[in-house]
Amino acid sequence: MTTNWRPTADWSVLVKRAELMRQVRQFFYKRNVTEVDTHLLSQFGVTDCHLDNLTTEFKYPLPFGNKKLYLQTSPEYAMKRILAAYKQDIYQLSHVVRDDEVGRFHNPEFTLLEWYRVSYDDTQLITEVAELLTELCDAPETRVITYQQAFINYLNIDPLAEGAVAEIKQNLIKRPALSEWMSEETDKDTILQVAFSELIESQFPNDVPMCITEFPQSQAALAKIDKHDARVARRFEFYYRGVELANGYNELTDPAEQRVRFKKDNRWREKHGREAQPEDTHLLAAMEFGLPACSGVALGFDRLLMIVCRAKTIAQVLPFSIDSA
Amino acid sequence: MANYSTSEFKGGLKIMQDGEPCSIVENEMVKPGKGQAFNRVKIRKLISGKVVEKTFKSGESVEGADVIELELSYLYNDGEFWHFMNDETFEQVPADAKAVGEAEKWLVEQDLCTLTLWEGKPINVQPPNFVELEITETDPGLKGDTAGTGGKPATLITGAVVRVPLFVQIGEVIKVDTRSGEYVSRVQK
Repeated sequence: MTTNWRPTADWSVLVKRAELMRQVRQFFYKRNVTEVDTHLLSQFGVTDCHLDNLTTEFKYPLPFGNKKLYLQTSPEYAMKRILAAYKQDIYQLSHVVRDDEVGRFHNPEFTLLEWYRVSYDDTQLITEVAELLTELCDAPETRVITYQQAFINYLNIDPLAEGAVAEIKQNLIKRPALSEWMSEETDKDTILQVAFSELIESQFPNDVPMCITEFPQSQAALAKIDKHDARVARRFEFYYRGVELANGYNELTDPAEQRVRFKKDNRWREKHGREAQPEDTHLLAAMEFGLPACSGVALGFDRLLMIVCRAKTIAQVLPFSIDSA
Repeated sequence: MANYSTSEFKGGLKIMQDGEPCSIVENEMVKPGKGQAFNRVKIRKLISGKVVEKTFKSGESVEGADVIELELSYLYNDGEFWHFMNDETFEQVPADAKAVGEAEKWLVEQDLCTLTLWEGKPINVQPPNFVELEITETDPGLKGDTAGTGGKPATLITGAVVRVPLFVQIGEVIKVDTRSGEYVSRVQK
């Protein structure tokens, strides 16, 4: 058998990859946003219901006693500590690692472009993401609609109305491919997410970036709850050319609420047979000190390159995908 | 039979669905950034031949199907069963009409066919991609369609009917693509 030592990406793609990195840096340089380069190995992981850290054992004694280190799934917590300390606009282009399956859009190790804008609200940051897409991949103007409006437009159901989830569940059960799973599914957010992926996202126009805003509060992740409508959170997602490209928040700054969300995640994890994870005390302490009002977004750099190169799989834009890493 | 988790899904994997053995045609893992991962799967039901789509929650497991594929050579038909033989072990396997299905009209003695066996019993017979068969009946075709637009029908020794060019005659052996049922060429004896 021959060993597959060759790079997965063509040389022309690697050249484009380098060019896109340079364009990203140029984009932020012009806007006076500073590049940071935080750690990959951390004492803490994340509590996210649907994310798992890969971990590793360090051989030597560490000051905090624990030998277990978590490979970061995103630089979010570290960047928020910099934000708390210095209150400056920052961005990062870094490798992150997730204990996830491999797929057309998924490699366990990939590159995230993450940035934070002090005093921006989510609307201002959405505008900036849209500008980045136009500048870097010639995208037309982004279409922005709320999560609620997307459900109404494509499914004719108001997802925030009383009894909506039961109605959506019935709608999903009627589809032969989903019937068996959905008949047994009891998790409200999973039902909403499946409806979103399979019935709504699949109908988005391919050639226009779509930004979905105001996700339900139960899917807030680390976004602030809306001041005027407690049913929704100031979280947004970008979709373009069939790819889920970016996820952003008007950032939660209240440490008490952050603790509540960590605990809620861990309760969910335990209920669904996933180990609860320690809370990142560094992040909580930084938030106690004071995270400035800010918005932040994480964008899949490899997926952006897929769009630029019209690549079918993430492996085609990685120097080496996990299969040959 | 072993169970398979969705993370082991890939093209060609044999699983049970609705009491029927199936083969995975396509598997796509989908994972929303903040949501439950799932697998969009295209499945071919091996008895009915139907292709269906099904979505599995990632981490679920499904029962594997005891399905094997064997290359066997066709021996003869006894009126009820079509008999095939393993050329190495000389073991014989009878397949019924349901398993043979459409393949019947392409079976040539000693040709190697692919048999799909579920729990030891044949459920499908796949003829070779190309077979050579003698023409038993066709119009002399000397006059008429000289523009050569569509050729003419010819009945083969197995009963199959294919369109052939006008110059092909009774008694000749032709090569046919069994996937499309189309004439390929004449075979020199």
